[in-house]
Amino acid sequence: MALYGRLAAARIRSDWQYRTSFLTVLASQAMVMVFEFLGVVFVLQLVPDLGGWTPTEVAFMYALATVPFGIADLLISSVEKTADHVQQGTFDRILLRPQPALFQLSANDFQLRRIGKVVPSSAVLVWAVLNVDVDWTLGRIGVFVMAIVCGVVIYGSLWVATASVSFWAVASREAMNSVTYGGQSANEYPLHLYRNWIRATLGWGIPLAFVSYVPTQWLLDAENPLGLSDRLILATPAVAAAMAALALAIWTIGIRHYQSTGS
Amino acid sequence: MPKAEDVLPDNVLPGDEVVIELDDVAKTYVVRTKAGLLRRHRREVPAVAGVDLTVRRGEMIGYLGPNGAGKSTTIKMITGILTPTSGRLAVLGLQPVEQRRELARRIGVVFGQRSQLWWDLPLVESFELLHHVYATDPERHRHNMDEFVDRLDLAAFMDTPVRQLSLGQRMRGELTAALLHDPELVVLDEPTIGLDVVSKHAVREFLADVNAERGTTVLLTTHDLDDVAELCERMVVIDHGRLLIDTTVEDFTTTYGTTRRLVVELAADAEPIEVRDGLVVRVEGRRQWIEFDRRVTTAAKLVAEVGAARALKDLSIEEPGIEQLIRRLYEGGVADGPSD
Repeated sequence: MALYGRLAAARIRSDWQYRTSFLTVLASQAMVMVFEFLGVVFVLQLVPDLGGWTPTEVAFMYALATVPFGIADLLISSVEKTADHVQQGTFDRILLRPQPALFQLSANDFQLRRIGKVVPSSAVLVWAVLNVDVDWTLGRIGVFVMAIVCGVVIYGSLWVATASVSFWAVASREAMNSVTYGGQSANEYPLHLYRNWIRATLGWGIPLAFVSYVPTQWLLDAENPLGLSDRLILATPAVAAAMAALALAIWTIGIRHYQSTGS
Repeated sequence: MPKAEDVLPDNVLPGDEVVIELDDVAKTYVVRTKAGLLRRHRREVPAVAGVDLTVRRGEMIGYLGPNGAGKSTTIKMITGILTPTSGRLAVLGLQPVEQRRELARRIGVVFGQRSQLWWDLPLVESFELLHHVYATDPERHRHNMDEFVDRLDLAAFMDTPVRQLSLGQRMRGELTAALLHDPELVVLDEPTIGLDVVSKHAVREFLADVNAERGTTVLLTTHDLDDVAELCERMVVIDHGRLLIDTTVEDFTTTYGTTRRLVVELAADAEPIEVRDGLVVRVEGRRQWIEFDRRVTTAAKLVAEVGAARALKDLSIEEPGIEQLIRRLYEGGVADGPSD
């Protein structure tokens, strides 16, 4: 972890060499976040009741989805650059260093601007926690923390799995972004608002419902129009573990494929 | 200069231990080309076709071959970047691909055309980061740093961002970066490419010192045969994925260098001289170059023959450099093999 910090700091210092560009990107990222946040506020004000959920509850759910997304984005989404490394041949150098390739990719291409996603959503989360009508027992706090950790793992796994595709198809980045960013966008609103096929996708296909919707419903004891079982909360860590295992497996196969083709 | 015992880490003492072992190693690339809308042709391209190679600790080997001969593919297999299609391969007793991370700690790699330094940061920062990447002992790191800065004259540009370094300066940085963690084996792919004479000399001298003092095994590929002539005792030549030659540099020049040129300067311009066992290959004013095979005749006999026919002013003998020999080797000129 100390090494991650050092490598990330080196990247930040490198980017700082191009100050204007660095600051412009940081500022524009902050603007995007402000507008995105305002967008959610507007939606909540226009539609005070979203399938039985209060605006505060929806805000809580929104933040519980965006905070882990932001953290995973900050820590690991640089693996999406795998395609560039494969294409330019710089992936060789990664294989010549003693750290796991995933670690090197995410640390070496650390992008400070991505913190722009974490800060505003964390503010929403804090506000929502303070304003929801919930008795914060030890059990609830535990589940809350677990939900964030699992959320980071699930999003991180999604990035790793989609980045692995570039070992076979170098030009796959845009298509893969539609899975990661697209999945996240869909995950910002309560599951019960969606049509069945989207529900099924978020529940079974790309199981992002377990990041935020399921924990929010359980934690806040919110309206349950889908009639989900209470015990479904236990699925969140299981989904996280399964996705992490799957993502690492695909990644490992991807590297092996690279090593046998050398493209 | 520090004594060898003080400098050598325990793990790189010279011996006859095998460092690289390739046993019938082959690598075939599968190339898919478009053939219609969705159909694709699958074509197998052999890059390395059954190579045997044994390198012992402390050796310094020049690995030669024309472009596309399989040099880089071999190196990538040795360093764990590529998996061989068939054959057995062990480096420092490890399986390069399966034990890639452990191997990475124990080898150093320089790609002449691809930097391992942090491009936008001062050179010194790359070394500091590598210290942590390889988790080297702080004392050892300082010792190595001092030595390399001194030997490679790095002090003047340690605080310059890598992207602003000249190629020669950068290569000195690359060498340092590859050696800071006391690797037992260093693999260099074209370490002198594009360098001026002075920088080439600095790189060669440094590699020779590292090999002699630290017992580091060195495998280098190059287009510049002077690298091999000056540095290596042994040379391996690959072409079309197969080893053509694996011998000492000295043996190579004596065995394959059977052709000499006698350069004669005549008193006056003349038609090409006709001699029995030689052939005039070049005429330049009064000077003529007569090529002969030293197995067939001797320079003395030729001189006598020419001297009898024309008035001789001066003469000299040219021996082919390995550069020429290798070129002839690729062209099939010495395909009939050694002289005896």
